[in-house]
Amino acid sequence: MSQLKELFNEGMWKNNPALVQLLGLCPLLAVTSTVTNAMGLGLATLMVLVGSNVTISAVRNWVPKDIRIPVFVMIIAAFVTIIQLLMNAYTFGLYQSLGIFIPLIVTNCAIIGRAEAFASKNPVHLSAFDGLMMGAGFMVVLLVLGAMREVIGQGTLFDGADLLLGPWAAVLRIEIFSFDNQFLLAILPPGAFLGLGLLIAAKNVIDAQIKAKQVAPPEAEKGPRARVTSLT
Amino acid sequence: MKLTMASSPHNHSHKSLNKLMLTVILACIPGLIAQLVFFGTGVLIQLILALLTVSVAEAAIMRIRKRPALTALSDGSAWLTAVLLALSIPPLAPWWIIVIGCLFAIIIVKQLYGGLGFNLFNPAMAAYVLLLISFPVQMTAWLPTADLLAKPISFTQQLSVIFNGYTTAGFSVDQLRVGIDGMTMATPLDTVKTDVAHGLTITESMQSPLFNQWLGKGWGWVNLGFLLGGLYLIKTNVINWHIPVSFIATLAICSGIGYLVAPGTEPGVVFHLFSGATMLGAFFIATDPVSAATTNRGRLVYGALIGLLIYLIRTFGGFPDAVAFSVLLLNMAVPLIDYYTQPRTYGHGMKK
Repeated sequence: MSQLKELFNEGMWKNNPALVQLLGLCPLLAVTSTVTNAMGLGLATLMVLVGSNVTISAVRNWVPKDIRIPVFVMIIAAFVTIIQLLMNAYTFGLYQSLGIFIPLIVTNCAIIGRAEAFASKNPVHLSAFDGLMMGAGFMVVLLVLGAMREVIGQGTLFDGADLLLGPWAAVLRIEIFSFDNQFLLAILPPGAFLGLGLLIAAKNVIDAQIKAKQVAPPEAEKGPRARVTSLT
Repeated sequence: MKLTMASSPHNHSHKSLNKLMLTVILACIPGLIAQLVFFGTGVLIQLILALLTVSVAEAAIMRIRKRPALTALSDGSAWLTAVLLALSIPPLAPWWIIVIGCLFAIIIVKQLYGGLGFNLFNPAMAAYVLLLISFPVQMTAWLPTADLLAKPISFTQQLSVIFNGYTTAGFSVDQLRVGIDGMTMATPLDTVKTDVAHGLTITESMQSPLFNQWLGKGWGWVNLGFLLGGLYLIKTNVINWHIPVSFIATLAICSGIGYLVAPGTEPGVVFHLFSGATMLGAFFIATDPVSAATTNRGRLVYGALIGLLIYLIRTFGGFPDAVAFSVLLLNMAVPLIDYYTQPRTYGHGMKK
């Protein structure tokens, strides 16, 4: 159980692909102009990540070490193709608005990174959970950044959610404020860089505060120190 | 007796930061007066708004960073940013334009990088680019000079336009920009650029009432004002001559070559030097001691490249003026320029 908890922590916070590893920044910066786009790409990446992690973990003992990277890339590409065809079939509007960034999931370093660093060394169930958590961590950052940019840029939230979730979702659109002029910078790529920078800064501030709180207690216990050989 | 050893240079100039900044602000006055005369009193309202906003922003951030707010404010650097930004935007831009610009300049460009002395980019110009990219309509709504306006606008009318978007009689900025002949007026740089793109020659383009003979009405005087202020800055040793001279010389050489090659579609040296923000950029913006190159040879390179970029963007680029873009691009290049232009330390590395 603690292993799962550790994986959860790693993916969502400590080793978050977007905020700490800074992987997959190309789609992160390019498609987060609205929450809907962010959610679409986040879900697609999540599914690819889980699928590729499971498959790679299942075949890890049969893949020769020397050619593992091409094999991993082919597995990832297969999953991306599946996702792309699915999105083309069921969420065509979103498929069009995400455009090239769906096939580009293949090149998302977060996916190949997890395949190499985790799935190729761990059993299937752990790899699946790792893929889920890493994907979720990536998606959360996408969503937060998308929400920031959409609110600042055009004053709405969930604009165009019906493209992803079907016609009923049109009611999700929230108009927070209306303004004659869009704040274009937030929607354009520089806004994504500024937004991501602010998010990383916020994470570092929170980490620093947590650290400052944690440093205090251990000073109290100063008993005789037994030497324990490293467990890992 | 205690002897303290400070690092070189030991020659102290006895100018406090506060005094330096105030001198620069003072030197803006001739240009400011020219703007007031030709483009109306709106610039004063923008100036007051800008000064208020930067003061509040700087003080708030300093409090958050747990540093003395008054010391930071009294060095005057934030006020200089406010003045430069207020001088660069159209006088009748809505109030939120200058407020957003000032907040961005102080909070993001200056303080998030560590405050005065640590900012990579010139705060006023970074804010100007943010505004230009985000709100192109408001940021290009320059009025023609006062004598070309169909309806003269009083101070209260300008106040009303800035805060409500309309004069008390209900005219919007776009309607105010319409000249006596019913045509909307752009800035001289913009007019020349559009006309040339439409196949007119410079002489034909200069027939527009916006121009008198060679220069855009009003703009020549504004630039002359900033030139005067800039010469005062050089005379009082607040800035070095290297950046403005290489900046202006390069722009003059480039536009001169352009004029010789294509006299029909190139407005020539004088027009380039006395239009848009050339003089403001050369003496007040490119010379920002924090974000500019620091060695003398580096300053020459830095100024020259800014001049070159301004000519290229004005002539071939998508925007009519380019001081802000060029300065920001060269701000990025400053570490490289400084690296390659380090002066030889005395006694080291003699040439063989």
